[in-house]
Amino acid sequence: MSATTETPLLSLRCVSKRYPAVIANDSIDLDVNRQSIHAVLGENGAGKSTLMKLVYGLVQADGGQIIWDGQPVHMRNPAAARRFGIGMVFQHFSLFETLSVVQNIALTVPGNRSVLASRIQDIGERYQLTVNPHATVHSLSVGERQRVEIIRCLLQDLKLLILDEPTSVLPPQHISSLFDALRKLRDDGVAILFISHKLEEIRELCDAATVLRAGKVSGRVDPRAVSTKELATLMIGQAVPEVSARRTIVQGDRPVLELDSLSLPSKDPFGTSLRDMSLQVGPGEIVGIAGVSGNGQLELSRLISGEHVDQRLAEDAIRIHGQAVTHQGVVERRALGMAFVPEERLGRGAVPSLSLAKNSLLTAFNENLVRGGLIKQRATNAYTESCIQDFDVRCGGPGAVASSLSGGNLQKYIMGRELMLSPSLLFVAQPTWGVDIGAATAIRQRLLDLRDSGVGILIISEEIEELFAITDRIHVINSGQLSPSLTTSDVTPNDVGEYMINTLRNSPHIGKNGDHGAEHA
Amino acid sequence: MVITVLSMLERRPQPSRAMLILAPLIAVVLSVLVSSVLLLILKKPLGTTLYAFFIEPFESFYSISEIFLKFGPLLLIAQALAVGFRAKVWNIGAEGQMIIGAIAASAVPVYFVDNSSFWLLPAMMVLGALGGMFWAGIAAFLKTRFNANEILVTLMLSSVALQLLYFLLLGPWKDPMGFNFPQTVMFQDAALFEPLFSGVRLNSSIFIPLLFTVGIWLLMEKTFGGFKLVVGGLAPQAAAYAGFSAKRSVWISLLIAGFAAGLAGMSEVAGPIGQLQRSVTSGYGYAGIIVAYLGGLNPIGIVFAAFFLSVLHIGGDIALVTASLPISAVHVFQGLLLIFYLSVHTFVNYRFKSPRTAEQSHRT
Repeated sequence: MSATTETPLLSLRCVSKRYPAVIANDSIDLDVNRQSIHAVLGENGAGKSTLMKLVYGLVQADGGQIIWDGQPVHMRNPAAARRFGIGMVFQHFSLFETLSVVQNIALTVPGNRSVLASRIQDIGERYQLTVNPHATVHSLSVGERQRVEIIRCLLQDLKLLILDEPTSVLPPQHISSLFDALRKLRDDGVAILFISHKLEEIRELCDAATVLRAGKVSGRVDPRAVSTKELATLMIGQAVPEVSARRTIVQGDRPVLELDSLSLPSKDPFGTSLRDMSLQVGPGEIVGIAGVSGNGQLELSRLISGEHVDQRLAEDAIRIHGQAVTHQGVVERRALGMAFVPEERLGRGAVPSLSLAKNSLLTAFNENLVRGGLIKQRATNAYTESCIQDFDVRCGGPGAVASSLSGGNLQKYIMGRELMLSPSLLFVAQPTWGVDIGAATAIRQRLLDLRDSGVGILIISEEIEELFAITDRIHVINSGQLSPSLTTSDVTPNDVGEYMINTLRNSPHIGKNGDHGAEHA
Repeated sequence: MVITVLSMLERRPQPSRAMLILAPLIAVVLSVLVSSVLLLILKKPLGTTLYAFFIEPFESFYSISEIFLKFGPLLLIAQALAVGFRAKVWNIGAEGQMIIGAIAASAVPVYFVDNSSFWLLPAMMVLGALGGMFWAGIAAFLKTRFNANEILVTLMLSSVALQLLYFLLLGPWKDPMGFNFPQTVMFQDAALFEPLFSGVRLNSSIFIPLLFTVGIWLLMEKTFGGFKLVVGGLAPQAAAYAGFSAKRSVWISLLIAGFAAGLAGMSEVAGPIGQLQRSVTSGYGYAGIIVAYLGGLNPIGIVFAAFFLSVLHIGGDIALVTASLPISAVHVFQGLLLIFYLSVHTFVNYRFKSPRTAEQSHRT
């Protein structure tokens, strides 16, 4: 650990931010040195994002000081932060899909377009962040969009780059090329604040780390010098729970879910057309769909759940327990034993402004909660209460409003609500997205237990580690196509990564520069 | 400028209950203040005018009965519209649905001029409700079949309804003995609601909106059907996820509104007006929208809002006479009220940033 005597580039002193329900940041001290990649890690809800928003001027601290280059400053808004030389890349990109790369960048960076375009190319080549300046954003892969965001920051006089969970959207091969670019940036004198909850990555990339837990700093370490386990313990305050080992699977006879060469051209110019997708989920097995987001997951999940019923599909393209359900709605499919946990919890899996009890009615209304059109208030509350108990949902009871729960607790609630329907087919999109380690482990364990009891489970996830931890077979989705079925125990994450990238090469949308990073890696 | 103002606001983590209740009161106070200034400019006596607006309506039994006469149709229409608004079905054509209801109901006394059967009035109620539902149903059909915007369709259908009314009054249904006035015959007693007391216009139709209010409250608070409507409005994606049909929401919302507006139209022609004529709606169809929002789309809030707006109406009528206020001043006052309410209502979900941060931004 290099103890520098020079003043840190950025120092936070006793910075606090209170929201009515929680203290998001409680007297946080943080020093970021020049030429350093500094990790801020913590579970979801630990206060990482709030802290970064404070630095970037998006929210104002209630107390404490931000010291930039030795001077106390006030980050009134992001424009002020940018003037100091701070850039931030959010998890959800802020690019206009219908504009080209250079048009997007010209919105915030002044200057002649053609000059900008050549600067974009220069920076791209210098940091291996190549992207075609004239490509339209919607034709870019997620990795390329991220490059555009980073380049946009680099075009100003950048001193500090904040990256919020930058790897969560990338396939493994692209992560290492991002890391190369970040190291080069650091060597050129840019300090980097790297937000993540992925411990291996932090140990690989960062030279300093501040760990947050429940809004407070729980540790400052050199991540290269400590083990993953130690980091995890700092992060969650206890040893990491593990999911139980897998047992051998007894394959059932008839598949619970079948997709039979499902093809559907997209009506939305920015949507993904699905091509010839075939897949089977048997009872007692977990099948995963891996892939970088935007490759047709959204379209596919809406077709499987029944939220989108399309008359253009062949009659028996989708079958549940052998029955063609392609032209049937959500309620009919649920009646056949399907339960579904969507990736958006607020607004889709639950109504944000309604109580949990009311939210139980969304899918559990057939569990004797409604009689003669009237809602049975007491039964609904009891149902919700038992879901809260059984699935360890931390909340203020059945009357708690859905939006008042943390992401992880809401996910446990939705998962619980669906599992209480005792489905024979469970379809889950992003089961542990934004869920803290403790809750994620609990959810994964539930899924494994469920599989052992004979339920067929289909999981769409962007987290490869997760799929490797719990699935029996994996398909990779790429540009609206499914890879052949891969037996999880026979393949490596890199094999899966290959499928994520390879067909991309053949895709007409992707520019020649698209896979520079992968080859480099 | 707008941005400066917006940047002074931040979203509340939870909507404020206190503001929800205070908002209408603050709106009333603000509109009274601003209209006082206007009155001073107009050189109208302030005291007399406010007295006419808020006290005089309660000074005689007759004017109290007139308040309730207005209260009925306003309440009926606002309750029904609020159901649609909560489901995010924007029916702004209750006016037209009311006209068609009035026309359909009037067919009975127009074609059975001398009939005095007991069944006359019930038949008019049924026809009135069906007429309104038919008119709203057109919008529901176009919305669910062709995705035609219901705001435009219902609004335009109101104009169509008005023209239909004019056609009937100037042509086939014109009273032959009516000196060429555009109106039908006066309806026989059997086609009219019984006045509740002698000497007033308030009649037994007042019970329809009260019953309807109870029904809507039950629907929205206690039934699964109402829950589905609310979910469709609050989170359309969650409704799709749960398999609640969006089309069904559109049909139910519009049919309920058509039912209520049609009945309201019927109770006007079978009540205070006593015939079909051009000004059959008194603008209740549009005022109902105001009432629905003033009441916070809540069945109980709407009762108060409808009552308040009725008082304001009667008060305005009185002020025309006693304070010799121009009619436009009355409209200005009513408009102010709505604008202030909508502005103040922002603070239910938003608040000013804490003074501490404001002070900080001032310092640097």
